[in-house]
Amino acid sequence: MPEPTSDATTGEGAAAGGDPEAGPEVPDIDLPSDAFDAVLDALADRDAGDPLRFEGFGVARDDDATGEYRLDPADGDRRTGLSERELHEALSERAAEVTDWYAFERVVGEFGPRRAFLRWLEDADGATVATRYAALAEGIERAWGELKITATVTDRGERRYDVRHADDAGVPADELDRYDDPLDARELVKLDEKGRYRPLKTAPTLAGGWVFPDLGPRDAYEAVETVYPATVANWHREREGELDVTHWRETMERQSGIYGVVKTWDRGEGHEHVDWVAEACCDDSQCLKRREWGYDDETDLDVDGGDGAFPCREPCSVVVSAARKWTRLESEQPRTYEFELTPSEKEQVEEIIDAVADGRIDEIREADTKEGANRYRTRFLRAKLFDDEGNLGGVPTEPDEADEADEADEE
Amino acid sequence: MQSLVIVAHGSHLNPGSSAPTYDHADTVRATGAFDEVRTGFWKEEPHFREVLRTVEGDEIYVVPLFVSEGYFTEQVIPRELRLDGWDVSEWDSEGLSADQATLVAEDIDREVHYCGPVGTHRAMSDVIVRRAESVTGDPDVGEGFGLAVVGHGTERNENSAKAIEYHADRIAERDRFDEVRALYMDEEPEVDDLPEFFESDDVVLVPLFIADGYHTQEDIPEDVGLCEDHTEGYDVPETVDGTRIWYAGAVGTEPLMADVILERAADAGADLGTALDDVRETTRVATGD
Repeated sequence: MPEPTSDATTGEGAAAGGDPEAGPEVPDIDLPSDAFDAVLDALADRDAGDPLRFEGFGVARDDDATGEYRLDPADGDRRTGLSERELHEALSERAAEVTDWYAFERVVGEFGPRRAFLRWLEDADGATVATRYAALAEGIERAWGELKITATVTDRGERRYDVRHADDAGVPADELDRYDDPLDARELVKLDEKGRYRPLKTAPTLAGGWVFPDLGPRDAYEAVETVYPATVANWHREREGELDVTHWRETMERQSGIYGVVKTWDRGEGHEHVDWVAEACCDDSQCLKRREWGYDDETDLDVDGGDGAFPCREPCSVVVSAARKWTRLESEQPRTYEFELTPSEKEQVEEIIDAVADGRIDEIREADTKEGANRYRTRFLRAKLFDDEGNLGGVPTEPDEADEADEADEE
Repeated sequence: MQSLVIVAHGSHLNPGSSAPTYDHADTVRATGAFDEVRTGFWKEEPHFREVLRTVEGDEIYVVPLFVSEGYFTEQVIPRELRLDGWDVSEWDSEGLSADQATLVAEDIDREVHYCGPVGTHRAMSDVIVRRAESVTGDPDVGEGFGLAVVGHGTERNENSAKAIEYHADRIAERDRFDEVRALYMDEEPEVDDLPEFFESDDVVLVPLFIADGYHTQEDIPEDVGLCEDHTEGYDVPETVDGTRIWYAGAVGTEPLMADVILERAADAGADLGTALDDVRETTRVATGD
């Protein structure tokens, strides 16, 4: 058994009210009839004497088939011959443990990713019921990508979840757009806050301003899986030591149709090109998944895979599509062009590339001519350096035929 | 536990591409015929590669929301779903009769029923007709009208033309519309010359595409002459060379598509209860009174 901890959360989402010495108070729980009935049903399905285990005690039907029950506390006196009414009383005194069993065994159910995720939210495999219920009473917060999930418990021991953008932490729920159907998240993830389409759901561009304030366990899982599809499933496999990583080479080899060309980009000359792809597309600034794939199963990439909670198990369709483009572009041979730029102009070109690559264009103020990527500065550069055909420095992209002939002679 | 997985193309560029898939999934979900309904995409998430691991059920039906048998249904989807032992001969089809194949998906080590695409199912003919009803606002449309069923043609996929012809022929046999023609974007008879192929003053043009996008919103309207440039928009109906053309947009956006998805799953053995009747009723075109 893992050692119970007093803090059921990760470092970033501390349980509120947490003086661990005094300990937050365990809330009073009323045992709901559906939980009690579920216990009776479970006992009916078991052999007499075979105990149903809760934290700290077990309950079984008495051996002699008298319709009576017995209670076995871990460190206490066994009580036998309990009538159903007496069993109900005994379980009502232990309502936290019983409702915890009911929440996970009957409401959440067996499906691995859902169960593991909802247990992880409240550290159910680490902390005691008392500790968790006390923390849940205050609200346990967890981060998942850009989501903030707050788990609470009702006085009937039912779990409720508030799911919202982390940027909206602390905002009263009635100031946000309220949703109750997890499938509505499909629309919330479609566009970024500027109204642009998000082709990659794990891009760190989730718009805020909405809240699912009161979801049950299954719906909370569905909401998270709708915002970040398959991330819980992959995280779960990783925790189980079963994540199936497919590396770059294998992924590209598998492609066909218009993407078949990407396999030709790997020429057995190292993986620098894949490093560039990962730096371009897979950096935490572009995608919240933690890249676990490398060049092949023996060769890691030289760039950081990121710190995300959930893993990336193979190059995604956005990467494959971009790789198709780069495969064509990178088949070109470099040429020497000659341009004249002032030192400031060279630096300005670099600033423009940086601004586009970092998505900073919209942050650069219209009159801020100190910024190289300022629109006026950039228009000035174009006015000065482009000829009528749009060629930088008047230098054509394709050399004229005479030059081509010269190059041919040299080969 | 019975699960439905609808797999569709999706898009990196067009935010509306997934909308029909989601809509039909919701319609099916509302019938309660399946314990869960999931969607997976080639260009969106969850990807084909990862959708099955989000599925809880043990009786899994995968229905491709594609218009014809071909590259996607025969190669891409089975490969990406990791259907062990898949071979196109499992479907035993000449391009129109794929029904289902039961194979183990290696990703989850469970059997799935991999169904033929919606576009070649016989019920798709009803969706095309329903689309004509929707765009004209007339549940009895037919008399005095021509119907043009339009698809890519063979350039990309020879089965594409087969599906178009199949439905055009089936609808023609019903004698509901005065004329029914199959037209194509990249082969004869071309949709560009639509008025030449019809005597009727009114023609409903139904493109056999799943989602509205470049082809249905830009290519076809411009090719047919509904507008010079798609950004100008067009009226429905729009008169071109004396023919009033009722342009329906992608048939895949028609709510009755959910019925075809259910039919595919039913053909593969899914227990649907009254779901088929329910969907046919709830997606019906209002009579307008």
